[in-house]
Amino acid sequence: MVNVDVEIDAKGLYCPMPIVKLKKATKTMTEGQIIKIVATDPGSKRDIPAWANKTGAKVLETNEGDGTFTYIIRV
Amino acid sequence: MSEKKRKMAFVVHSGSLDKLYPVFILASTGGAMDAEVSLFFTFWGMDAIKKGGLEKAKLPGIMSLGTGMMKGKIKDVGVPTLKEMLEMCRDTENVKIYACSTTMEIMGISKDELIPEVDEIVGAATFLDIAMDADVQMFI
Repeated sequence: MVNVDVEIDAKGLYCPMPIVKLKKATKTMTEGQIIKIVATDPGSKRDIPAWANKTGAKVLETNEGDGTFTYIIRV
Repeated sequence: MSEKKRKMAFVVHSGSLDKLYPVFILASTGGAMDAEVSLFFTFWGMDAIKKGGLEKAKLPGIMSLGTGMMKGKIKDVGVPTLKEMLEMCRDTENVKIYACSTTMEIMGISKDELIPEVDEIVGAATFLDIAMDADVQMFI
């Protein structure tokens, strides 16, 4: 289990909010730090890896359960 | 971070609510994905960048009667207003807003009537210069 530096709650938010929140949070982070985001938007399953792909971040872990999606991302 | 900065160039021709939402959703997301986003507002799109214009945007034609209901549904889902979406775009520091100079002349719009978020008043050559180098071009 990795140490999480920043955690975001994006539950109940729909596109584009989880991505916009993710970007806002990572702005103050340094490369290599870890961010955790919890979302309920099913679109996030494709959207968050797509965001990571374009920004150079890496999705380390994805967990799905109880209607939530949890992502552990290295910035 | 990624090696090359991607570019997106949109002509925003419509000022109706149903068209402006996709514009601002894609622009804020593009900005969040580190793309350089250029929004070129022209014709009815100009209404959106007039002071108070985003708040006044309606559904097109006869559907305009349902604008209040649509706005209510948008709010219920927790999707931000167009004005909030514009702020989100600006927060990414990757979204630029251009106003079409010819439309301003035709419609008699002065610079003072536009929202302060407008970066520049430009013509077709500026848009094409940006669009020719862009990875994504759209006309909305």
